[in-house]
Amino acid sequence: MRLEPVANPGLLRRLGLPAAALVATVVTGSLLALSAGADPLATLGLIVTGAVGSKFAALETLNRATPLIFTGLAVAVAFRAKLWNIGAEAQLYAGALVTAVLGAHPIVTGVPGVALIGLAAALAGALVLLGPVLLKTRLGVDEVVTTLLLNFVLLLVVSMLLEGVLKDPMGMGWPKSAPVAKSVRLPRLIEGLRLHWGFGLALIAAGLVWLMQARMRLGYEIRAVGLNRAAARFAGVPVGAVLVKTALISGGLAALAGYSEVAGLKGTLTLDLSPGFGYTGVIVAMLAALHPGGVVVAALFVAGVFVGSDAMSRAAGVPSYIADLLLASALLYMVLAMQLVRYRVVWR
Amino acid sequence: MTDLLDIFLSASFWVALVRIASPLIFATMGELICERAGVLNLGIEGIMVFGAFAGWLTVYLGGGLWLGVGVAMLAGMAFGLLHGVLTVPFGLSQHVVGLGITLLATAAAYFAYRLALPEVTSPPKITPFAPWPIPGLAAIPLIGEGFFAQTPLTYAGFAVAGLTALVLFRTPLGLALRAAGENPAAVEAQGLSVTALRIGAVAVGSGLMAVGGAFLTLSAFSSFFFEMVNGRGWICIALVVFGGWKPGKAVLGALLFAAFDAGQIRLQQTALGATLPYQVFLMAPYLLSILALVVMSRRASVPAALMVPFNKGER
Repeated sequence: MRLEPVANPGLLRRLGLPAAALVATVVTGSLLALSAGADPLATLGLIVTGAVGSKFAALETLNRATPLIFTGLAVAVAFRAKLWNIGAEAQLYAGALVTAVLGAHPIVTGVPGVALIGLAAALAGALVLLGPVLLKTRLGVDEVVTTLLLNFVLLLVVSMLLEGVLKDPMGMGWPKSAPVAKSVRLPRLIEGLRLHWGFGLALIAAGLVWLMQARMRLGYEIRAVGLNRAAARFAGVPVGAVLVKTALISGGLAALAGYSEVAGLKGTLTLDLSPGFGYTGVIVAMLAALHPGGVVVAALFVAGVFVGSDAMSRAAGVPSYIADLLLASALLYMVLAMQLVRYRVVWR
Repeated sequence: MTDLLDIFLSASFWVALVRIASPLIFATMGELICERAGVLNLGIEGIMVFGAFAGWLTVYLGGGLWLGVGVAMLAGMAFGLLHGVLTVPFGLSQHVVGLGITLLATAAAYFAYRLALPEVTSPPKITPFAPWPIPGLAAIPLIGEGFFAQTPLTYAGFAVAGLTALVLFRTPLGLALRAAGENPAAVEAQGLSVTALRIGAVAVGSGLMAVGGAFLTLSAFSSFFFEMVNGRGWICIALVVFGGWKPGKAVLGALLFAAFDAGQIRLQQTALGATLPYQVFLMAPYLLSILALVVMSRRASVPAALMVPFNKGER
């Protein structure tokens, strides 16, 4: 078999194949529920109601989606340039770390303080990714492995600091940081609802990334570098500089996930702050086909699957790891579907 | 300084060194075979997790240890087949599919573990492989015990590395495989199928990765617990680069890495170790891997068609 490009994929092809991927994911979920001895329809129903069935559930899903929008955007921006940033987890923790340090004893309070800490957090994440990217552009070191390995390093740094200088003396011996001062916490988006401004910032970030990709020179350059690095260089695009700028944006976005979790949702830094938000960002970005608007939708979907599966697991006893299985299969089905939109299989 | 010397001169250090290197050797050979054929396999981390689980479960359910190794290998090959089909004929991004396979295999292992043992809090143990001391050689002072009184799975690891080198560089199959990673069009011109060679390489390589994972449960820790692979797969990818895509050098890299790892564990218990947070020592292996990549990348001869999809008839 071989692949033949489809010149102008029709609407049926462009919508039908992703829809088929979604159906395949649902079928996979049903089989998994069956394997756990549960009723497939009831299980999937419980996941849906667990994700959006009540005001509490829906808010939980929105809260869970917030860091995923940031890490999804981080991955989407980088992957557009074929910069394989798989270190969003490390960048997230770098942002969280800076937020916890600056937030515990803020020098500037109020809105300027909130903004300053956010900027500092983003800068920290950007710097964490800058290292691997400079190694890539200057010395040709593959960024996949370096960014992956830095995830482990950063987690150990956080662990070290939480058991050392950052340990909250009032924390009853738990390794967590001193709480972020009230004056620099991200306020609630709507008074009375358990949803903080991190979600609003995530939506704004998605809008800005879209603006950058669609309307700015850098967006065009990033796409050119991603499509064909040699051709971009030949056309006069400063490839190295574009990759560095991409890295700074990507690392900064991932760090904001940590910032929003610490300054918004949790108010303190712990070692279990992120249950793999950085890695899940890859799923979010790919389900979104690297489109910033799609990232918001995909992050809500992924968050819903996680929140819903937790609730379902408590009620029906199917292990909550079904969520990870569903999302990993959704990812593979979706990338296959997207490829088949652009290429048809020719057997000969 | 004397602390360091004490560490190097203890037989237990050498035993730990070879034990730590063994799973890395299996998985590094697996990754090396994939990459030589032109496919980067980022599924390695998850495939190792699944191999660790599948091997453990087989033995836990009453199967023999070698059956456990076999089941792990077959499971790894199944994931490899999936990876190969998606990335080779369908030409999907090797990065994305690899990470997807890692997530899929990890989640599958955790899901199945919870299904098999819903209520268990402390992971149940199995009886692992016992050491097979080789008469005579095991009595060599200092390193004898380390290299010649290991479990059979360790010897198998070294044998696999030798076999990998032999097949890759001394057989027509190896030549075809390497050509698929260097110049696939030339392979196709010879009437061979790049698709078949690459899928085969990824399947076999993934099988070896899974055996590397199974080593952890069947020969090292004797139970399965979450996060037990802990980045070993990613380190193996670094070891392939460090070894310049050559099996012998990659094994050397694995031993070097293991020496460092075994050393840092022992250094933690010395006077120097007491002055530093233990996380500094745990960080060192990852930082060392990055450093090794930096040093070796400049001289590395990457397979020319690594990560380049091959579509028949396309120029």
